Amino acid sequence: MNIHASTSRAPAPVLRVEGLSKQFEMHHLQRTLFAFDNIGFRLDEGEFILLTGENGAGKSTLLRTLYRSYLPRAGHAYYHTREGVIDLAAAADVDIAVLRRREIGFVTQFLNARPRVAAEEIVAEPLRLAGTPHAEALEQARRWLTAFGVKSQLWPAYPSTFSGGEQQKVNLARALILPQRLLLLDEPTASLDRDARRALVERLAELKASGVAMIGVFHHPEDVASLVDREIRLETIRIADGADDVAE
Amino acid sequence: MTAPGVAAPTGLERQPPRLMLARPILTMRGVARRYGDVQALAGVDVTVYPGEVLGIVGESGSGKSTLLRMMNLEDTPDAGTYHLALAGREPAGPDGRNLFTLDRFQRRMLRAIHIGIVYQNPHLGLRMGHTSSGNVAERLLIAGNRNFAELRQRAREALEASEFPVARMDARPNTLSGGMQQRVQLAKAIALEPAVLLLDEPTTGLDVSVQALVLDTLKRLQRDRAITMVLVSHDLGVIRTMADRVMVMRCGEVVEEGLADQIFQDPQHEYTQQLVHAKL
Repeated sequence: MNIHASTSRAPAPVLRVEGLSKQFEMHHLQRTLFAFDNIGFRLDEGEFILLTGENGAGKSTLLRTLYRSYLPRAGHAYYHTREGVIDLAAAADVDIAVLRRREIGFVTQFLNARPRVAAEEIVAEPLRLAGTPHAEALEQARRWLTAFGVKSQLWPAYPSTFSGGEQQKVNLARALILPQRLLLLDEPTASLDRDARRALVERLAELKASGVAMIGVFHHPEDVASLVDREIRLETIRIADGADDVAE
Repeated sequence: MTAPGVAAPTGLERQPPRLMLARPILTMRGVARRYGDVQALAGVDVTVYPGEVLGIVGESGSGKSTLLRMMNLEDTPDAGTYHLALAGREPAGPDGRNLFTLDRFQRRMLRAIHIGIVYQNPHLGLRMGHTSSGNVAERLLIAGNRNFAELRQRAREALEASEFPVARMDARPNTLSGGMQQRVQLAKAIALEPAVLLLDEPTTGLDVSVQALVLDTLKRLQRDRAITMVLVSHDLGVIRTMADRVMVMRCGEVVEEGLADQIFQDPQHEYTQQLVHAKL
């Protein structure tokens, strides 16, 4: 009898979250705002997790905490880097900055564009920071802008003059131009037209197939239904005195 | 509930850096300075990594400009140490030695070659009676360059990199606009490719459109040349646009330090929250 060793292998973990909690200390109100408590899950290579829950349940806050725009109150978020495992909840700022440049992307609907910088330069910038020559970075940036439906007349213009939808397309092109290992998606399709939403979903599908792990909140979850492997529902924290989220 | 004025504990101690391959380029520990009754700096620690922009914010009198003057070796603290990682740079600096112990000549040489600075007031950084190219060339002269043609060429290159119109390189700074004067200061500061570029309110006093152009030049220099920068500003918009990490100072102390987006989106200290929420 021939026994063949299986060639399939278990997907490698990218992120393991344990007991993660977040609360905001509002000094001027002398109050604490509870966002989420004791969250735990695992995210593997090529896996797509959809976060669901009512408004205020902490979905976007969880993404921002994983990206370390917010500081967690407790818990761990073990991220498997190419060099080893690092706890995003406690890692030094400078390490987080390195991971953001190399491996972890945050895709949001909001563009924080520097004034007087052309749309194509904004999109090309992550590539340039990674060492890609200017001409090549610009060429790729233009491809991405085309994919998201930004007209060529707008490429050399300043995004601060664009409509919200066009700004968002520039933002998406910039966020997705560099390959990442982990993508945090915070309502990236909100206010996008249908063609741009389709272009985004196509790009996310390519990234997922290439092994990129993703976790996100979506304004139109049906857009990404074909990509979702699992759903995690966040519940609004209820405090005994009836004031949701807030404790004195 | 956290007491007002005390940084809210996150419950987590941040780890020392592990992934950063390079060691810090600038390290200060326990820097203290008193002027009469005023404790301008009360034991400040600073760590800056290669290629990053560290923003320092705080209200007037918080000690941020005093700290920058210490980094530029213009003053000596009552206590503290200061190291720059200059290994591999030419000429080699006093690597490993507390820079506050250097004599005046050594400090001047170190400042001229390894530290660049752009002041808010161009009169502090430029000789208004010399030409713009002469101001830049002076920096090169201090470093020992004596070849006139080469001096002029390198001055031109530095001015071009600072997006100064080189057709006006022989104009005196006092005939130029504020934005152009800042570009001459910038060219002078980067002419020798310093280990660290110090920026003391570089866009304060400029009108908004000129401010945007100067910030864009700085961002481009950081991206293309990986210049390490320390930027002091009371303008939170400038800091948010430019900085990778931010230090918040108050009464000579660092009350909070973090990634720029964390400081602006999730400030922990009561003072930082006030500062961020006060932004128009």
